[in-house]
Amino acid sequence: MSAEPRLVEVRKNVLKQNDIVARALRQNFREAGVFVVSLVSSPGTGKTTFLEKTLTSLRPRARVAALVGDLATENDAARLARSRAPVKQITTGTICHLEAAMIQNALRDWEVGPLDFLFIENVGNLVCPSSYDLGEDLRLVLLSVTEGEDKPLKYPTIFHSADIAVITKLDLAETVEFDAATAHKNIQAVRPGMPVLSLSAKTGQGMDKFLEFLEAHRLSRQGIALSRASDVSVTVRTPSGM
Amino acid sequence: MHELSIAMSIVDLASEEAAVHGNGQVLAVHLRLGSLSGVVKEALLSCYQMVSASTSLEGSQLLIEEVPVEVFCPECQARRPIASLQSMCCPECGTPCSQVMQGKELELVALEIKG
Repeated sequence: MSAEPRLVEVRKNVLKQNDIVARALRQNFREAGVFVVSLVSSPGTGKTTFLEKTLTSLRPRARVAALVGDLATENDAARLARSRAPVKQITTGTICHLEAAMIQNALRDWEVGPLDFLFIENVGNLVCPSSYDLGEDLRLVLLSVTEGEDKPLKYPTIFHSADIAVITKLDLAETVEFDAATAHKNIQAVRPGMPVLSLSAKTGQGMDKFLEFLEAHRLSRQGIALSRASDVSVTVRTPSGM
Repeated sequence: MHELSIAMSIVDLASEEAAVHGNGQVLAVHLRLGSLSGVVKEALLSCYQMVSASTSLEGSQLLIEEVPVEVFCPECQARRPIASLQSMCCPECGTPCSQVMQGKELELVALEIKG
C-alpha cells in the first residue's frame, strides 16, 4: 500500500450540521403555520424594549411567543413576560450566538400551543450570529440612532445575513444629531435594496408600519404555501442566513 | 468570537470524512472561506490548532483559500468582483448589485490523507 499522501475531495459546508437542523426547524414551523422572526443587533440597541412592544401590540390579535438568547441572566425574559406572551430564555453561557440546535432544544419541552408568530432574540452581537441559520422566515438587524450611522459599514456581514434593517430609538434622533440620510446610504452601500424601517418602541412612532410589514410577510408566506400546495410554480426567495 | 465553534465543526466534519476514507492520518484540511462568511481567517487558524490537539487531526494543517465576493450586475448581465464590502456595486458601471454569487463560503473542500 502506498504511503504517499492522497487528496480526498469533500466539498461540504462546515456548518452542515447547523443547516440540517435549521432546515428541519423551518419545515416544522411552516407545517405548524408559525411565522418566525429573529432579531440581531449589538448590545444596547433596544431589542428587548422593541420586542416587548411588538409582543404587546400583536397579542390581542395574534398568538405570539418569544425565545430570548443571552450569555447570562434571565432579565430579558422577565421584561418580555410583562407582555404576557409566553417567553423562554436560552442562556448560552460563553457562546456568543444562537445555533439552530439551541432553538430545537428550547422548543422541545415548551408547551406553547399553536402560534402565529415566534420571535427569536439573538445574543447582542453584530458578528457571530451572521453565520448561523436558525430556521427563521425573516431576520431583522437592528441599529439604534445612538450607535452612529457607520455601523453598517463596520459590520457588512450581519447586514448581508438579514432581510430587513430596523432603525430604533427614533425619539432620540434629534438629541444625538442622527443623520438618517447617511445611515440609509450606508445600509444601501453594503446591502443594495435592503428594506429599512425607522421607529421608536418608546413613543410608538413607526410601530404600526412595522407591524403591517410583519403581517404582510406572514400572509405572503402563507400565500406561497397555498400556491405550492396547488402545484403552482412560484419563485420563493431563499431563506436568509448561511 | 465564534471561530472556536467553527473550528470545532471543522474538526468534527474532517474526522467524519477521514473515517469514511479509510481513517488514515490527516495531514491537511483544505477550506474555502468567503469574505462574507463572517469568519476571521487568523482567529480560525489559531482556534484550529487548539481544537485539533488531542484529536485524530492533531498536527494537521488548516489550509485556507480566501474567496473574494463576486456579485451579479443586472446592468452588465455579468459576474463582477466588488471593490469592497462597503461598496456592493459593479466596478464597471456603478450599478448597485444585491445578488451575491460567491463570497459566503465556509466549505471543507478536501483532505490530504496519508495511509
